[in-house]
Amino acid sequence: MIKFNAVHKWFKSLHVLNDINLSVQQGEVVVVCGPSGSGKSTLIRTINQLEPIDKGSLIVDGMDLCDKKTDINRLRAEVGFVFQQFNLYPHLSVLNNITLAPTKIRKTPRKDAEEQAMALLERVGLANKRDSYPSQLSGGQQQRVAIARALAMKPKIMLFDEPTSALDPEMIGEVLAVMQDLARSGMTMVCVTHEMGFAREVADRVVFMDHGVILEEAEPEEFFRNPQHDRAKQFLKQLLSPMH
Amino acid sequence: MLSYQFDWSVVTTGKYFEWLVSGLGLTLQLSAAGIVLSFLLGLLIAVLRMSHFSPLRWFAHVYLEFFRNTPLLVQIFFWYFGSYKLLPMAVNEWLNSTNFEFAAALIALTIYTSAFIAEDIRSGVLSIPKEQMEAARSAGFSYIRSMQYIILPQAVRITVPPLINQFLNLAKNSSLAMTIGVMELTYQARQVESYTFKGFEAFTAATLVYLVLSVVITALMDQYNNRVLNPQRG
Ligand SMILES: Nc1ncnc2c1ncn2[C@@H]1O[C@H](COP(=O)(O)OP(=O)(O)O)[C@@H](O)[C@H]1O
Ligand SMILES: [Mg+2]
Repeated sequence: MIKFNAVHKWFKSLHVLNDINLSVQQGEVVVVCGPSGSGKSTLIRTINQLEPIDKGSLIVDGMDLCDKKTDINRLRAEVGFVFQQFNLYPHLSVLNNITLAPTKIRKTPRKDAEEQAMALLERVGLANKRDSYPSQLSGGQQQRVAIARALAMKPKIMLFDEPTSALDPEMIGEVLAVMQDLARSGMTMVCVTHEMGFAREVADRVVFMDHGVILEEAEPEEFFRNPQHDRAKQFLKQLLSPMH
Repeated sequence: MLSYQFDWSVVTTGKYFEWLVSGLGLTLQLSAAGIVLSFLLGLLIAVLRMSHFSPLRWFAHVYLEFFRNTPLLVQIFFWYFGSYKLLPMAVNEWLNSTNFEFAAALIALTIYTSAFIAEDIRSGVLSIPKEQMEAARSAGFSYIRSMQYIILPQAVRITVPPLINQFLNLAKNSSLAMTIGVMELTYQARQVESYTFKGFEAFTAATLVYLVLSVVITALMDQYNNRVLNPQRG
C-alpha cells in the first residue's frame, strides 16, 4: 500500500528525512513515535505529498509520487489525513464539513452524501451535532468530526498526525476509541502518536524515529519490552515517567 | 444670503421632484450594478494576484497599481472619450445605440473599485491560517477549488467591513458620472438648481439621499453578514 525506498528530504540544510525505508501493507496499522522534531510529521506528510520528497522513491496505492504524471489530487482523495489541530472548516456546519469533498470531488448526490455523513456521525457518536459549527464543539468532538470528514471520501489509507496531542486529557479516550474501531475494521493506518496504550492494542508495528532516521521497527510488545536502541530506551522511559 | 427664501416644495413636489427621483433611480442602478460587478471582478483579480503562475500574478499586480493610482475622473473620461479609438466600428455603433454614458461610467466605477476590493480580499485570504489550505488540499481539492470552497468563503467574511467601505465609496463616486452626462442624482440636482436657482434645497436633498443610501447599504451588508455568512452567531 505504501512503500518508502531510500527516501531523503531536506529543509534547507536540515536533513529531516534520512534514508527512510518503510513498507505498509493493506490493513496494517503502523504507529510512528519519537522525540519532538525527529521528523514524524514530515514523514507522514510525504505520504499524501503535503511535503514532497527530494530523493528516493515513494509508492502509495500503486501511484509513484515522484512521477510527474501522477494525479496528486486523485491520490489525496484516496488518503484521509487527520491533523493535530483538527482543521475543520469553520464556516461550514458539521454536516457540510463532511459532505463537501464527497459532493464536490466524488460528485456524490447531495442526498446520498448526507446519508453517508449521518452514518459516519453515528459511528463517531456525534449524530446530534450535525447542524453545529466547529467553534461550538469541544476538541475531542472536533477531532471525531475531522475523522468522519476524512472517512467520508472512503479512503484506502488513513493518516493521523498526533490526533490527540492537542486535546484535554479527558477527551483523548473518545478519539482513541474511534481510531481503535477503525483499526479493527481493517483500515490501513499510519499514526504518529505517543499513546502507547493505543499502539499496544491495535498496532501491527511501531516505528521509532530520531533525527530523521528510523532507528527501530518492531512489533509493539517487542518494542516496549525490549527496545534495542539507547535513544528508544530513553524515549520510553521519559514517556512512562510520572512527570510526563 | 439673508434675503434667500427657502422653498422646500421645489424638491418635494412636481416636476423637479420627479427629476430628482429619476436621478436617484439611475444612481441606484449604477451603484447596484457596480457593487455586484466590482465584487466579482475584484475576487477574480485577487485570485490572479495570488496565482502560482507568475504572468497572471504580474498582470494582476500591474492592474492593481494602475487603477488604484490614477484618478477615477480620468478613468471615467478615458472610457467615455478614449475607448472609442480602440474599439471596432461595429461595437461603437452598437454602443451608440445603447446608453453609452451609463456603460462607460459603470465600466470605470467597476474597474476602479475592483482594484481596491481585490486588495481587501487578498489581505483577508492571507489572514486565513495556512492549515485550512492544507486540509482542503489533503482532501483532494485542487488549488482553485480549495480557494473557491474553503479559503475565499472565509476570507470574504473577514473582508465584510472593508468591503462595506468600498461599496459606499462606489455609491458616492457614482456622482462623478454626471461629468459625462449620466443623468444620475447629482446631475439632476444640478439641473434643478439651474432651472430654479434653489441650489441649497436641491443639493441638501441630494445629500440626504446619498446619506440614506449609505445607511441602507451598510445595514444590508450587516444583515447579510449576520444571517448568511455567520449563521452560527445569528
Ligand atoms: N516547513 C518547514 N520548514 C523548515 N523546517 C521545518 C519545516 N517543517 C518542519 N521543519 C523542521 O524539521 C524538523 C522535523 O519536524 P517535524 O517533522 O515536524 O518533527 P516531529 O513531527 O517529529 O516533531 C524540525 O526540526 C522542524 O523544525
Ligand atoms: Mg509533529
